[in-house]
Amino acid sequence: MDMAGEEMVVGGMFMPQQTVGSVLCCMCGVSMQPNAANMCVRCLRSQSDITEGLEKHVILHYCTECNCYLQPPKTWIRASLESKELLTICIKRLKKLSRLRLVHAEFVWTEPHSKRIKVKLRVQKEVLNGAILEQSYIVEYVQVDKMCESCSRAQANPDQWSAVVQLRQHVPHRRTFFYLEQVILKHDAAARSIKITQMDRGIDFFFGHRSHASNFKDFLGQVVPIRSRDDKQLVSHDTKSNNYNYKHTFSVEICPICREDLICLPHKVSARLGNIGPLVLCTKVSNRLLLLDPVSLRTAYMDAEQYWWSPFKSLLSCRQLVEYIVLDIEASGSAITIEGTKYSLAEAQVARVSDFGKNDLIFNVRTHLGHLLNPGDYALGYDLYGANSNDFELDNYRNLFIPDVLLVKKSYEEQRKGRRMKLRAWKLKSMDMEVEETAARNRAEKDKRDMEYEAFLRDLEENPELRFNISLYQNKEYQPSETVSTVGADDIPSVPLEELLADLELSDDEEGGSGSGANEMME
Amino acid sequence: MEAGGVFESELADTIPVVKTSIAGTRIIGRLCAGNKKGLLLPHNTTDQELQHLRNSLPDGVVVQRIEERLSALGNCIACNDHVALTHTDLDKETEELIADVLGVEVFRQTIAGNILVGSYCTFSNLGGLVHPHTSIEDLDELSTLLQVPLVAGTVNRGSEVIAAGMTVNDWTAFCGADTTATELSVIESVFKLREAQPMAIVDEMRKSLIDSYI
Repeated sequence: MDMAGEEMVVGGMFMPQQTVGSVLCCMCGVSMQPNAANMCVRCLRSQSDITEGLEKHVILHYCTECNCYLQPPKTWIRASLESKELLTICIKRLKKLSRLRLVHAEFVWTEPHSKRIKVKLRVQKEVLNGAILEQSYIVEYVQVDKMCESCSRAQANPDQWSAVVQLRQHVPHRRTFFYLEQVILKHDAAARSIKITQMDRGIDFFFGHRSHASNFKDFLGQVVPIRSRDDKQLVSHDTKSNNYNYKHTFSVEICPICREDLICLPHKVSARLGNIGPLVLCTKVSNRLLLLDPVSLRTAYMDAEQYWWSPFKSLLSCRQLVEYIVLDIEASGSAITIEGTKYSLAEAQVARVSDFGKNDLIFNVRTHLGHLLNPGDYALGYDLYGANSNDFELDNYRNLFIPDVLLVKKSYEEQRKGRRMKLRAWKLKSMDMEVEETAARNRAEKDKRDMEYEAFLRDLEENPELRFNISLYQNKEYQPSETVSTVGADDIPSVPLEELLADLELSDDEEGGSGSGANEMME
Repeated sequence: MEAGGVFESELADTIPVVKTSIAGTRIIGRLCAGNKKGLLLPHNTTDQELQHLRNSLPDGVVVQRIEERLSALGNCIACNDHVALTHTDLDKETEELIADVLGVEVFRQTIAGNILVGSYCTFSNLGGLVHPHTSIEDLDELSTLLQVPLVAGTVNRGSEVIAAGMTVNDWTAFCGADTTATELSVIESVFKLREAQPMAIVDEMRKSLIDSYI
């Protein structure tokens, strides 16, 4: 035997080479490699059809209004033709497919208007003593138009809402809502709202489902300190089938403390926060408040729960800010950074701009803006000397030293004065809001809102921290002019160009370009 | 028709058909192994059965009961009149008995990795059929040992348990009812059954005898 030539050494063991022989197919006598059934593939196919009994024609319900396909029992999934999602929906409809192993699935092209979708499937199944047979077959799906629940409801009555989120903040300005609008837009949080209405001191968001409203409320809870309660009103009910139809109302109240507000903390709260203050500035509002004692630079956080446990009001708010001129300033401490913002204590000599040149009223104050202010600068602050406060909390404190002035921020009013209102290099998107009729008609209201909006835009320019959560877009109409570069203009804070997003505009109308996925970072 | 009936109707005019049980069961083919010189029976064969077989078979055929742990001798031993392939785990004594009683050369072998050689192959003095997965090298080796041509094939519509589906001697074969025409033709050609008649062998032998005589 000349086996030596055929033997191979595998892992120190002699393994004779094995050549697979051929046998005759037991049915047709064709020479073939032996398999588990010892039958050639063709005979095996003719013997057993593994696709027997599988669904070959299936009806797909399709909503033409919103391009959704029904996934039984009642889920509607949006999918385009020949998409991965549609393939998933198609395959999930084949219940009997679970008995086989699906190897491959692909669309067979069909005319989009034919209302037919064809999917080619390749399946494997064990036949005849362990032989696995693979076979491909085509399933034809017939699209049957059926309006989905939400569309049929919308068709019946477009304004039909079943849940409303009434967002309110009891302050005289709308600053918070301007900011919130941008945050909502950025996160596309109100995408499922049916209608948005601007109300006095708030916004109403209408939703088709309670869960959508509830989700939105939860979103708000992550952005601003809120408290909420929900109620429901019975609209109709069917005693026979035990169906109740409610309208849900979520009343969401935003805490009335805003950024830059001056607060006199109640005794209890001050004690709980480590005897801070009691006169503190609110420097940041997210889902919690950041309180800063401007005299000692101590800070404390307060979340919504803590706030609503013992709510308080602001002593003075940003509308009562008075402009001061800094006459002299002397640093009295090194700079510290709190939440990304620099502060340093300083002793300043300031005078009200309105008094300047009229009398010699000069205030010596301690301020936390030591690193920003220089002699000659303008600053905004609260005039406690002139303020006629009737705050209970302030009265509760005895022997409390109240400074005459509390500077809050540097003012760029003087630099801006020289320039007329000009276009900004950036713009913001706005939500599609309906305005309450009475408010819309009132000219004064509108002017006030425009002014507040302008102030909000300036705020954004001055505070990079505020811009963090919102998307700014390039303003196409803005052309940087060469003549602008006068002395002093450089001091005005503005938004660096790198932060802006290019707004994708597909067509002439604004609506087309304002999709959620249309933003892309500018390089 | 009962299996015994088929054998009887086909063979009765040529060879006597003996009906028996082994160890009280009817699956005699799987339990015993033999050729023209002898018959091996498992240890659980009863005395009556042994006596019945001794009485029924010609005196030249040695009937022997062997003490072997593996009692399905038909599955463990495949043999013709000259060579036997056996299960690899059979006792040394059994191996000697096989050689003595059946008058054969004994090889411990496997068929396509199966140790039950008696189940997965069948061979006569003229040819043999083995498990379909047997590699070409194994086929070569086995046919060298057996000195008969071998073919990998199936019975009973693709079944690879050859011996369970058929029985064969030098001039006839019986196989299961599911066996297809293709399989039948393979069996006929490898066992050289087409030209075979009960007397053909004797004629051939006589011819050669005469040849040598002349």
